[in-house]
Amino acid sequence: MKPLDPRLLRHARAARAFLAAAVAFGLVTTGLVVAQAVLLARILAGAFDGQGVAALTSAFALLLAVAAGRALAEYGGEAMALRAAGAVKSRLRLMLVEHVLRSGPGAVRPGEAATLATRGLDALDPYFARYLPQLVLACLTPTAVLAVVAGADLLSAIVIAATVPLIPVFMILVGLHTKARTERQWTLLERLGGHFLDVVQGLPTLKVFGRARAQAAVIREVTAGHRRATLRTLRVAFLSALVLELLSTLAVALVAVEVGLRLLGGGMPYETALLVLLLAPEAYLPLRNVGAQFHASMEGVTAAGRVFEVLESGPSEPPARPVAAPGIDDARVSLDRVTVRYPGRDRPALSDVSLEVEPGERLVVVGPSGAGKSTLLAVLLRLVEPTEGRTGFGHVPAEQWRRRVAWVPQDPYLFAGSVADNIRLGDPDASDDAVRRAARLAGADEFIRRLPDGYDTPIGERGSRLSSGQRQRIALARAFLRDAPLLLLDEPTAHLDGESAAAVRAAVERLMEGRTVVLVTHDHSWTRGADRVAEIDGGRLTVHRPLAVAS
Amino acid sequence: MTAIPRIAHRAPLLRLLALARPMRGRLLVAALAGAATTAAGIALLGVSGFLIARAAEHPNVTALTIAVVAVRALGVGRGVLRYAERLISHDVAFRVMGDVRVRIYRALARIAPAGLRDLRSGDLLTRLVADVDTTQDLFVRGVLPPAAAALAGGAAVGACAFLLAPAAGALAAGLLAAGAVVPLCSVVIARRAAQRAAAARGRLTTLVVDAFSGAPDLIAFGAAERALASVAAADRELTRQTRRNAFALALGSGLCTAVTGLTVWAVLLLGVAAVEDGDLGRVPLAVLALTALAAFEAVAPLPAAAARLAETGSSARRITGVLDAPDPVREPSRPLPPPDRPVTVRLRGVRARYGPDEPWALDGVDLDLEPGRRVALVGPSGAGKSTVAALLLRFLDAQAGTITLNGRDLTAYAADDVRAVIGGCPQDPHVFDSTLRENLRLARPGADEADLRAAADAARLLPWIESLPQGWDTPVGAHGARVSGGERQRLALARALLADPALLILDEPTAHLDPPTRVALTTDLLRATRGRTTLLITHDLAGLDAVDEIVVLDRGRVVQRGTHAALLRQDGLYRRLWAEQHNPWEDRPGEEQSASRSS
Repeated sequence: MKPLDPRLLRHARAARAFLAAAVAFGLVTTGLVVAQAVLLARILAGAFDGQGVAALTSAFALLLAVAAGRALAEYGGEAMALRAAGAVKSRLRLMLVEHVLRSGPGAVRPGEAATLATRGLDALDPYFARYLPQLVLACLTPTAVLAVVAGADLLSAIVIAATVPLIPVFMILVGLHTKARTERQWTLLERLGGHFLDVVQGLPTLKVFGRARAQAAVIREVTAGHRRATLRTLRVAFLSALVLELLSTLAVALVAVEVGLRLLGGGMPYETALLVLLLAPEAYLPLRNVGAQFHASMEGVTAAGRVFEVLESGPSEPPARPVAAPGIDDARVSLDRVTVRYPGRDRPALSDVSLEVEPGERLVVVGPSGAGKSTLLAVLLRLVEPTEGRTGFGHVPAEQWRRRVAWVPQDPYLFAGSVADNIRLGDPDASDDAVRRAARLAGADEFIRRLPDGYDTPIGERGSRLSSGQRQRIALARAFLRDAPLLLLDEPTAHLDGESAAAVRAAVERLMEGRTVVLVTHDHSWTRGADRVAEIDGGRLTVHRPLAVAS
Repeated sequence: MTAIPRIAHRAPLLRLLALARPMRGRLLVAALAGAATTAAGIALLGVSGFLIARAAEHPNVTALTIAVVAVRALGVGRGVLRYAERLISHDVAFRVMGDVRVRIYRALARIAPAGLRDLRSGDLLTRLVADVDTTQDLFVRGVLPPAAAALAGGAAVGACAFLLAPAAGALAAGLLAAGAVVPLCSVVIARRAAQRAAAARGRLTTLVVDAFSGAPDLIAFGAAERALASVAAADRELTRQTRRNAFALALGSGLCTAVTGLTVWAVLLLGVAAVEDGDLGRVPLAVLALTALAAFEAVAPLPAAAARLAETGSSARRITGVLDAPDPVREPSRPLPPPDRPVTVRLRGVRARYGPDEPWALDGVDLDLEPGRRVALVGPSGAGKSTVAALLLRFLDAQAGTITLNGRDLTAYAADDVRAVIGGCPQDPHVFDSTLRENLRLARPGADEADLRAAADAARLLPWIESLPQGWDTPVGAHGARVSGGERQRLALARALLADPALLILDEPTAHLDPPTRVALTTDLLRATRGRTTLLITHDLAGLDAVDEIVVLDRGRVVQRGTHAALLRQDGLYRRLWAEQHNPWEDRPGEEQSASRSS
C-alpha cells in the first residue's frame, strides 16, 4: 500500500496545499527539537562546570521560548491538518455523490457507498492529522539530527547512520515474511469470529429445538480457539515491532556507552556527549511513530482509494446539455438488436432485443426473475446504455428523454421528507392541490390523511414506516403527478398482500389509461389488459399477441 | 486513572469493566509488563545520563561497569518486554471477550426472540455483536495503557523524589496534567465539537443515503441535480463546522507539548538551583533532567486511551441494556412434570402484546388444537398469526385469558419442557454456517443416519442432497447463502419433522418463495404432516382444503372459522383473500374479454 495516493493530490487541491504546509511545520519542529537538545546540553554542562541559574539565564529563557514554539507548532500543525482533512473529505464526498447521480449506482452497493461517503472518509482525519505529518518528520528529523551529530561527533553519527536505515528495511522484511502467514490465518480467524454472530442470529431456531443452552459452552470453546489461533498469528506479527524497538533502544544504548567511554578517556567534552545522547533517541522516534500509526492511517488511504475506484468505474456521462431534439413528440419506443453486457458477467443481460411500441400501446413483458426484465427497463430509462444495437431515442439527451417518462419501480425509494415532498418528485413545482389529486388517483389519499400530520408527515429512513402497498401507491402518485406520455412499470403488485394488491391494481389501471405502457412482471394476470405480450427469458425477448386472445 | 470513567455514562462503562473481574490477575500482569516496558525506556535515558555525567568526572573505568551493563541490558530489555507485554495483553483481552460473549449470549438466549424484537430491525443485532467484540480493544487500548502509565510514571516520580523532592513534585504535576487533565479535557472538547456538528452530520448522512439508495428514482425523475445541490449545501455546512472545531480539537496536542516543555524546564531550573545551593550533585542533576525528559513517554498513549474509553460509552450502554432486559416470560418456581404426549392445547380469550405501549397483537382469541388434527391459521400480514406461535412456544406470555396444555396452565410447565412437546419451524428459520448434516441434526443430536434420511425424504430434500458432490457434508455458507430459498424452507421442515414434536407449528413455511416453489412445498408439507397434530400459519391459502379447520385472524381477532369449502361459501375475509390470490383473469379465461384493449 502506498503511503500517499497520488490520486489524492491530483483530485484534492487542499491535499496539495496541506502537504506543502506539513513540510514547513516539519522543518520548524525539527529545528526546535535540535535547539532544545542544544540548550539542555548547554545548561547541564554549565551547571556541571559550576555555573548557577543567573549565569544560565539566557539559556533558560531560550529553552522556555523553544518549549512555547514547539507547543504552537504542534497546535497549528494539527489544526491545519484537520481543516485540510475536512476540505479533502468534502471534495471526495461531492465527487462520489455527483458520480453516482450522473451515471447511476452501477456496481456500487448504495449502503456501502453511503457509509464510504460519510463515516468511511472520516478515517482521513487521523491520516492527515497524525500520519502524514509524522511521515514528513520521519524524513526530516533523522537527517537533521544526523547532520548535527556529525558536526559534533562523527563516530556517533556513524552509529546512528548505520542503524536508522535498518528500521524501514527490517519493517519491510519482517512485514513481507509475516504477511503470507497472517493472510493464511486470516480466513480461519474470520470464520471463527463470525461464529458468535451466526449463533446469536439463530437463537430463536436454537431455542425451538432446545439447543440454546448447550451453545454457551460451544461459544466459549470457539472463542478460546479463536484466541489461540490469533495469538499464533500475533507472535509472528509482533516481531516487526520487536525488531523496531530493539534497533532503536539498542542504538541509543550503544551511543551512550560509546560516548561515555570516550568521555572517560578525555576524548570528548561533556556538552558534546550530552548533545549526542539527547539527540540520538530523536532520530528514531518519528520512525517509530510512523510505524505505530501505519495501520490506523491506512484505513484513510483505503477509503480514499475506494472512492477513486468508484469514480473510475462505470461510464461518466457528461451533464446533459439542452439540445433541440427531433423525433420525440410521440412516445414511441424502439429498440433495434440491443444487447447489454455487464462487466464481469459471462452472459449478456439482454441479448439481441428488438422492439417497437406504438404511442398509446400497452406492452406487458413477462418472465422469471433474472430474465432481463429490469435491464430492459433500465435501457428504456437510459440508466444503462446498450453495449450493442441502437435505440430510437439514443440521439436525445437522456435528461430530456426522461422528462417524457414516468416510472413506477418495484421497490420505490422514499426520501427523508414529507409525504407531499415525496410525491413532488414527479413534479417539483406542483401545487398542493395537484399533489392531492395525484394521491387520490393513486388510491393513496385516504391512508395519507390518516397519518399523524397528513401530507406533512415525515417519511423515509427516519420517518413513519409505510407498508409496501402504501409505498407503491406513493410511487403511483409520483407517476400521476409526472403525467408523462410513456409509463414504465416494474412488478407493480409483487410482495403485496391481498387487499393492498387490489388497491394498487386499480390505481395502475387508472394510470395506464391513455398512455404508452411498458410493464414488466412475472405475474401473468397482467397480460389480460395488454395490447401485446412479450416473454423474456435469458435476456431474449419474444413478442406475442395477448395470451387470452391467442387462445 | 480512576478519573477516566467519569467522562459520562459512568454506570454502563464501569459495569462493562467489572465483567473482567475474573481476569484481574492476568490484567495485573499485563499492566505490570506494560509499566516495566515504559520504565525500561525511562531508565535507559536516566542511567545513560548517569554514565555520561559520571564519565565526565574521569573516574576509574570500574566505576562505570555497572552503568554500562545496565544501559545495554535496558536497551535489549525494553524491546523484549514490549513484545511480551503485547502478547499478554492481547491474550487477556481475548479471554475477557470470551467471558463477555458467553454472558451476553446467556442474556440473549433468555430474552430471545420476543425480547429481541427491537434488535431485529436493521443491523442492530450485528452491531451488538460488534459491541461485544470491541471489549477486547477496550482493554488493550483503553484500560491497560493508563494503568501502565500510572505505574511507570509513579516509579519515575519516586526515583526523582530520591534526588530532589521539589523537582519530583513538579514532574508529578506535569505528568498528571499531560496524562489525565489534558486528555480528559480533549475528550470533552471533542464531544462538544461532535455535538455541535451532529445536526449537520446527520442531515448530510440522510441526504447522502437518499442520494445513493434513491439514485435510480432521482435520475428517472430528473431530480439528480437538485439532490446534488442539497448534498453540497449540507456538506458546506458540515465543512464549515469542521473548520471551526479544528482549533478546539488541536488544543489537546498543543497543551500536551506545552506541559512537557514547561515541566522539563521547571525541573531543570529547580535542579540547577539545587546544585548551586549544594543540595544536589552534578551527576544526579543529569539523571534528574534526563529522567524527567523521558518520563513523558509514559503518558504519550493516554489521549488515545481517553478517547477510546469515551467512545466505548455507547457500546457499554447497549451491552448492559441487554444484560438488564426483563424476562419476556415468567418461569414457574416449581414447574409441573413434563407434559405427556399426545397434547391438547386450548386458548380461551387470549390477549397479548409485545410491550405495555404497543397495540394488542391478539385481542381475545379462542383456539383448540386436538391430537391428530391439522389447523391452519390464516389472515393478512399483521393479523397476529405469529403471535399465536410465540405464545405456544413460550416466547411470550399472554396478558389475559388462559392457555392450557393437557388441561393445565401452560405457564405452570418449565418453558424448555413445553418446547420439548411443542415445536416446529419458526418464521425465517436460521440456517447455520455449517454442513447440511449439522443443520439438520441440530433438531435431534442423537439422530442416526436413518432418521436423518427419513426426515429429509419426508421434506423431499433427499434427492437434492444426494445429488450434491459433497452430499450431507455440503457447507451451506453464512446464512445459508449457498442454498436456495426453497431448499432452506425444506431444510427447516425436515428439521421440524426430525424433532418430531407432539404439536408441530409451521410458521409461514412458504414465505419469500416464488409461486411454483410455493405450490410444490405446500403440497409436500401437507403430505408430510398428515395425521400429525399441526398448526399451519400462513397467508398463502393454496391447498388448505386438506386441513381439518381454518381459523381466520384479522387485527388480533378470530373473524371466521370452518373448513375451506364452508368458508368459501360465506361472504367474508377468507373469500376476499382467496379471490385476490386466485386472480379471476387466471381462473376464468374468456370472461370480460370484451373489455380487452386488443385490436
